[in-house]
Amino acid sequence: MNSVHSRLSLYLLFTPFLLWLALLIIIPHIFMFLVSISVKTGVREYVTGLGNYMVFFTEPLYWNTFARTAFMSISATFLTLLIGFPVAYYIAKLTRGRTKTTLFLMCLIPFWVSELVRTFGWMILLRETGIFSSFLQYIGLASEPIEFLYNDAAIMVGLVYTSMLFMVVPLVTTLDSLDDSLIEAGYDLGGNGITVLREIIIPHAMPGIVSGCIVVFMLSLGNYLTPILLGGKDSLWFTGLIYDQFITRFNWELGSAFGFLLLILSSTIVWAGLKLSGQSLTDTVGR
Amino acid sequence: MSQQPASAQNTNPAAAFDLECRNINKDFDGFKAVNNVSFNVPTGTFFSILGPSGCGKTTLLRMVAGFQTPSSGDLLIKGKSMIGVPPNKRPVSMVFQHLALFPMMDIAANVGFGLRQRGVPREDIAKRVETVLERVGLPGVGSRHISQLSGGQKQRVAIARCMVLEPDVLLLDEPLGALDLKLREHMKIELKKLQSEFGTTFVYITHDQSEALVMSDQIAVMNHGEFEQVGAARELYHEPKTAFVAGFVGEANSFTAKVDSINGDAATLVSDDGLNIKGHDASGNLQQGDKAKVYVRPESIRLATSADQLDNVENLNQGIIENILFNGANSHILLREEKSGGELNVAIPQTGQFRDLTRGDKVYIGWEAAQTRCYKES
Repeated sequence: MNSVHSRLSLYLLFTPFLLWLALLIIIPHIFMFLVSISVKTGVREYVTGLGNYMVFFTEPLYWNTFARTAFMSISATFLTLLIGFPVAYYIAKLTRGRTKTTLFLMCLIPFWVSELVRTFGWMILLRETGIFSSFLQYIGLASEPIEFLYNDAAIMVGLVYTSMLFMVVPLVTTLDSLDDSLIEAGYDLGGNGITVLREIIIPHAMPGIVSGCIVVFMLSLGNYLTPILLGGKDSLWFTGLIYDQFITRFNWELGSAFGFLLLILSSTIVWAGLKLSGQSLTDTVGR
Repeated sequence: MSQQPASAQNTNPAAAFDLECRNINKDFDGFKAVNNVSFNVPTGTFFSILGPSGCGKTTLLRMVAGFQTPSSGDLLIKGKSMIGVPPNKRPVSMVFQHLALFPMMDIAANVGFGLRQRGVPREDIAKRVETVLERVGLPGVGSRHISQLSGGQKQRVAIARCMVLEPDVLLLDEPLGALDLKLREHMKIELKKLQSEFGTTFVYITHDQSEALVMSDQIAVMNHGEFEQVGAARELYHEPKTAFVAGFVGEANSFTAKVDSINGDAATLVSDDGLNIKGHDASGNLQQGDKAKVYVRPESIRLATSADQLDNVENLNQGIIENILFNGANSHILLREEKSGGELNVAIPQTGQFRDLTRGDKVYIGWEAAQTRCYKES
């Protein structure tokens, strides 16, 4: 009787999770896969085949965009790490008490408003009639309005800004757990800033670095709003292509194939990153 | 207080002292953590700084290591001033309280860390790491991970990691604190042995007097940022200079008393609860009518079942046993003195003579005036 009860409550506890998994992850992916391998031959006539995937490989625009998106996302991830690490180190190791909480909150506050508003903020700063351009003209460094928007740098700025928190939080957590005496011991034994960083701090922070990088990479790769708004119509971001296929062209078959390729791409790069850094998924994201 | 000889003024590269501190001060926002401390540590000795937590001993050690800078004063290692020298350029190594072994490296990499920083060739590092591991009694553990070692082994790896660099001074920050009692007793002897084997100067800080007494050649007792007394273990135990040292090193019964009369070093006092005490003026400045702190060690008090067994003791009293704290060789009696009603702690000599004492028994107690140390209460 008792075991039936406990089993029942276990099922009940798991139901929301299983529903979420089935309805939002597994079933859409199965359908998307089925759609992606249906090749249209006429009005409402389909045959099963890899034709949609072939379109991707034969059309240079598609796989160029694909490679560009991957490259830009990886660059954005590295840039975020490069900026986020000193910030996280400062918060975790060089501040205490109230200052620490305040700095941490300051990283969080931008995320209280929607991504749309934040991106719009960047547009106000960067556009031709925006604050930067006007300021440069005002102090005489520029003779005419400058357009900072609609280029790769603007996309990069937006991506790094959007993902900063997701890099800083795991880094602060792992760096917090690093005992200060390990750093002191490193110096005491004759190490300098660089060797202590390389041999003690980075190896210790590796799980945080990898989990931060995975999250930031995924967010950048799958981001739609920031590249489109800051990069303009011709930003050539892969999610933009998927959107076009689904919404503009009603070509769900090709759109699904693109979606699957994006899934394969992100999985491959994350897997390669884990292999390169010698970490496992359970050690990093699973903590 | 200053023990600094005049000859230490000229910086001599072949100085007799590995470590010299001259009038070191450290202020933290108006709080004096270390107050005008001077001491010298001769080459190859085991020097301990003993004090209660918060007395400034850790701050002092961290200044020697270079993690903190003195507010004023000079600090010399082998005759060279270390003021302004960063920790990674000082010829000292430190064994941290929780050892601070690097969990991201195996043992050989841990021990070889310092040599790698110095740019020693790889084959040399491997050789020297293995040699030093052998010397601390852990041959062939190089490829193991830190977590595979026991507490005592970790301790030895931490020492090996410092000793491989052949430092002039090895600093130890209560490294035995985290060990259990049995292992701590064992490591005390081990540390002392390692020190005499390596011949390196050890500066050891602890709040545990037995660690300091057993291992050290010289002990400095520290309180409120100042050195109360520096001396060998026996000196501190038998001739404590201040009331704090008398109460802190070893065990002691303490009384507050008023000086009745004084004759040279011999003082007659009356304790607050009315006990007449004949004692020795250890501070040397007692005067009639002064308030004084009186210390008598439990092991200096003799026990007897009749008064005539205690001849030529200046202080002879009677008491009723209230409690017997049996602890083998370290057993004590808590007794209530008859006249004054004060409680006294008396050690039981384990010769078998007092085996049958029980609660409620009446016994005679006596102790010599020379063992009764009186200090002026400030």
